[in-house]
This record gives sequence, C-alpha cells and structure tokens, in this order.
Amino acid sequence: MAKITYTDHQGNSKTVDVENGLSVMEGAIQNDVPGIDADCGGSMACATCHVYVEEKWLDKLSKAEDGEIDMIDMAFEPKKNSRLSCQLIVTNELNGLKVTTPKKQS
Amino acid sequence: MIKTDVIIIGAGPVGLFAIHQLGIKGLKAVVIDNLDKPGGQCIELYPDKPIYDIPAVPECTGKELTDRLLEQTKPFKTKFYLNERVEEVKSIEDNWSIKTSNNNEFIAPNIIIAGGVGSFEPRKLSLKDADKFEGTSIFYSVKNKDDFKNKNISIFGGGDSALDWALELSKSSKITLIHRRKDFRGAQHTLEEIKKSEKQGKIIIKTPFQLNNVEGNEKIQSITIKDENGKSEKIKTDVILSFFGLVMKLGPIAEWGLNMDKKNISVNPNNFETNKKGIFAVGDICTYPGKLKLILSGFHEVALASVECFKRARPNEKFKFEFTTSSKTIKDRLGKK
Repeated sequence: MAKITYTDHQGNSKTVDVENGLSVMEGAIQNDVPGIDADCGGSMACATCHVYVEEKWLDKLSKAEDGEIDMIDMAFEPKKNSRLSCQLIVTNELNGLKVTTPKKQS
Repeated sequence: MIKTDVIIIGAGPVGLFAIHQLGIKGLKAVVIDNLDKPGGQCIELYPDKPIYDIPAVPECTGKELTDRLLEQTKPFKTKFYLNERVEEVKSIEDNWSIKTSNNNEFIAPNIIIAGGVGSFEPRKLSLKDADKFEGTSIFYSVKNKDDFKNKNISIFGGGDSALDWALELSKSSKITLIHRRKDFRGAQHTLEEIKKSEKQGKIIIKTPFQLNNVEGNEKIQSITIKDENGKSEKIKTDVILSFFGLVMKLGPIAEWGLNMDKKNISVNPNNFETNKKGIFAVGDICTYPGKLKLILSGFHEVALASVECFKRARPNEKFKFEFTTSSKTIKDRLGKK
C-alpha cells in the first residue's frame, strides 16, 4: 500500500491509498481522481494517463521502456519527468509518491 | 438514403463481429468508421502487439485478429464506409437515420455503436494559435504532396510518419525535422536515409526541441522552438506538419441523448440496448455493472444485441435460436455446403 498524491495543473490535490500491484493510473481511476483519462485502459497505447513525477521519485521508479518513451512523445507537453501512470506499479516503496497531471490529456 | 437492417458504427473487432452475428441471423448491415481501414484500435494502436486472451486463439496480433474477423465476415458482403464520421442521428418513426461527414445517409431500425473510445483523430498542437492556422499553415496529414512543394516546412514528431514525410518532402522543399529528444523511432532503413539526408544538407534536424510559438498574420512566417533549458531558436517556416499520433474523441455521440457514465454509454446488460430503443452499444464504449473492457466481452455483447436487432428488424418473424454447426439456414448464409 502506498499513499499517492495526485495534483492537477491548478494545484488541487488528492491523496489516496493505492494497493500494491495496481498502477498509479488505476489508483486514480478507482478513486475518481480527475485528470487521468487512460483511454486505452493501460495497454501503453494512448498517452492519456500522462503524469509529471516529482523529481526526487524519478530514480525510485522502474525505468521507462522504449514503448513508453515513444508514447510520451505523443503526450500533451511532455517534460523530463513525464511518465505514463499506467506503467508505474505501486509498491510499499512508492509510499508518498507525488504526481502532477498535465493541463489536458489529449 | 441507404436502407438497411443495422447501422454499425465502428469497424473495430466488435463492430466486425457484429456483421457476423447479424449476418447469420439474416440481417443486413453497413459499417461506418472514421479511420481509413477496418480494425479500430487493434490496427491503429497495436497491429504488431500480441493478444493472448481470444478464446481458442492462444496468440495473435492486432492485425491478425482483424484479418481473421474480416475473413469471417466475408460471406455477408457488407459495405464499409471508411474515412467517415457519423455526425447526426435522427429518429424517424420506428427507424433511425444517420448522416455522415461525407454526406451519406442511412436509415435502419437498429444502430449498433461499437465505437471503442471514440473516433480517431490527429492529436493537435496545443498552441493557442494552432486552430487559426490549421489548414493554411498547420497540417496534421499530407493529402496532396503537390501542396507542399518549394516551401520551408517544419516537421514535428519522432516516429515513422514524421520521418517518412521528412524524406519524401525533402525532394522538393526545405525541411526542418524537430523532435523533443535525440532518438527517433522508425524503420532502420528510414533512420539511415534520414542520417544521409542530414549529411547532404537536405534535412535539418533540431533536437531536443519543442514548438514554443508561431509568428505570422494570415499565414505562418516563422516559428520559435525551445529546448528543456529554455534555449530558443527561430526558424523560417511556411508550413508546419505535426505528427503526434492519434487521439480518440467521443465526438457527436455524446450529444445523442444517450445515458452516459463518464465517457461510456450505459446499457441494459440483457440486450445491450441504450436508453433509446433500437440503439445499442457494445465493446469498450458501453458500461454496465461488472463491465470488462475486453475484446471477448465485446463479442458476447454483440451476440446478444444482434438478437434484439432481429426482433426490431423482423417484427413479424419469430426469432429462432440456432447453432452454426447444425443449422442449414446459417450454413446457406455462410455459403457452406
């Protein structure tokens, strides 16, 4: 279980408990956190679950594979700390993770 | 006005299987899709990626699944209306009429919406002036190559479309290829060609840069690109070509008065009918308690919906449930002896 904080582009945030094994995207969808669309349902095919990860967490996350990096190219305003939240799997180590959602997803 | 039994919106796997389920019941259908080919997400998003959960097919790619479904629907000689989006739905007595973006009109007692997450459209640039210049200086596809001759063209994107068009248009125009990171993703041969063209000065490559501003009144005259550290550069540009893939947009469906739950259409899980009699929703676009967004769920949903479609299209006939293995009628419809 990890507490994950989702902040939208206007600064509104919501912190929810997400079970281990779920993705950061699923944590948002199941808890009605706005700002993450996840059109393709987590198959790394759409870049509408794009988030900016707080810098200090970047090294603690599993590395993005090529497919994810390619999809981030398609995302709205990608940055260095961009990830697809469907590819971030929750573990105890991610307790306290903070992500920000972009202005829009598509 | 084309008259049929069922109008299927969406040519993804579930829309294709709808043809089959309706066809074996003797119902005629037409299929409308905004993409230029059938297959939906399977063909657009993961043609080469494996799928492992189609019953009795241990492994197949999105393309293979689409090809097999097309093969399975062949006996029914269904007409596809591609590159068309449904714009309007109207009720005419007990029927529904539909008008597409290509001004085709259809009428039928049933509509099956197998629309996935919506219709695919190019992902647009997010600059505030992007709308203003769309179609004059900003393009998301190349319809006619001749419109792009003798110009200063700035191409954005790092995938196959961006690379292929950079190469093609560099024959007659000055190309700047701009991408947010150093790596491009494309076929090996294409990547080599790009490198060669860069050396020969036919293509200028700017990485890691993103579009920051466009300058011009009626038409674009120049653009400003910026890297992560804020370093910016101005590039003389007549035309921007942007290739950031496709997004899925629900589009006008959201305004048809159907009961929606977020981006999904609520249906009755007995027959997958929406709150409008004769309009059904199946596959990823529909929702009901316990819904799973799996292709196999869509197949089940459309099988049930097709029964209700039959009842509406043939009100004077009694629906007779039959197995494909034993029904002579079905075998005839499939062209089997």
